[in-house]
Amino acid sequence: MTCEDAEVLLHALIDGELDAGHAREVETHVAVCPRCAAALANYRQMSRAVAGAGLRYSAPAALRQRIEAALPSAPKTSRRDMLKGFAMGSAVSALAATGLVAIVLRGDDDQRILSDVVSAHLRSLQAGHLTDVISTDRHTVKPWFNGRLDVAPPVIDLTAQGFALIGGRLDYVDARAIGAVVYRRRQHVINLFVAQTATTEHRPPRTETVQGFNIRRWEDRGLSYWAVSDIGADELAEFGEKFEAASRANKEG
Amino acid sequence: MPASSSNDDPDKARRFRDAALPYLDDVYTLARYLLRDAADAEDAVQECYLRALKHFDGYRGPAMKPWLFAILRNVCHAEYARRATAAAPSIEDLPETAGQTPLWREQQDTPETEILRERDAATIRRLVNALAEPFKETFVLREINNLSYREIADTVGAPVGTVMSRLARARAMLRAAWLAEEERPQ
Repeated sequence: MTCEDAEVLLHALIDGELDAGHAREVETHVAVCPRCAAALANYRQMSRAVAGAGLRYSAPAALRQRIEAALPSAPKTSRRDMLKGFAMGSAVSALAATGLVAIVLRGDDDQRILSDVVSAHLRSLQAGHLTDVISTDRHTVKPWFNGRLDVAPPVIDLTAQGFALIGGRLDYVDARAIGAVVYRRRQHVINLFVAQTATTEHRPPRTETVQGFNIRRWEDRGLSYWAVSDIGADELAEFGEKFEAASRANKEG
Repeated sequence: MPASSSNDDPDKARRFRDAALPYLDDVYTLARYLLRDAADAEDAVQECYLRALKHFDGYRGPAMKPWLFAILRNVCHAEYARRATAAAPSIEDLPETAGQTPLWREQQDTPETEILRERDAATIRRLVNALAEPFKETFVLREINNLSYREIADTVGAPVGTVMSRLARARAMLRAAWLAEEERPQ
């Protein structure tokens, strides 16, 4: 056996990939060739060092959750979100979360829907998933929803009132596409989900807490609203009141 | 008629979860070495699982791990294409000739009696990351992901002989870098 042959085959020897006959041939060569013997010794040392150095990584828990969430028992939307996440990277990931999202819902299965809304809010906080259209201009955000939803969520700029409009997004709640209008309060995201509802009567706001997130929901003129955020209930109430006031002013104006 | 092949089939989701999720750390590890960026690696792994789920109905082998790795490679190659403008630093500055220099020549330049000094994990990781593709990939698949030569061949879609020569070259380059590292002033 030549050094040239041995140089490749001694790796197979280290890795236990050689049959007995070839292993013996390599060992015979190494016994009479100091250079190959030194190489073999170095490679064995290297393999041991690499194996012992703990060079493997553990997948972050958030990644596991994202993948789990994309599996079919979860809402279908995650798939699109994931693709987008890969394209967009982590541009918006640094934001903590408050999102105000508008949704049209069937009006049953309250708890499940609340839980869906919180899940949608959580997904939105993952890297690159917060907004499909990024704009602080409601005249950009509102037309973006046209043709994507069967209802146009009201897009109201509340920047002057302390809630900056940062964009819009399609999301899924209760297995239906809904619009989400995204606001920011300091470093917190508010998702305002907007969905159609069967009734047109005004239902006063209620605030609930699910998984540590505050949800303020109300219904007005055929739309259900769900504002979800990790900001305090008082601030979320302020958001809802300012939104409703601005909405009335728009209507009357 | 075959049963629904939709991605929304919960039974399929369960089978996929049981078959593929145990390898999440392996896939993530490979992605970290191939992309050298934690955020990009996460995105690539997510995309990999998404594609794997999509093609899970038609999956008949190879073993799950090489299959997932092969999908991940495709995702990473798309990411390389996106990054095409940025040149990656590497030990092997002449990739064109990387496969041509006979290994035994290189070896003659290495002292016979040299003992490799122990290096810490961060140093080893840096040296591995500095290897040029496709040698790094082969090395990581063998030494860190513990694949057999056959599985590596399945993953990268190359003959076992190619895997062996890449691995030999990867280790030779790493050995040279390892020895050179020891000569650097601390």
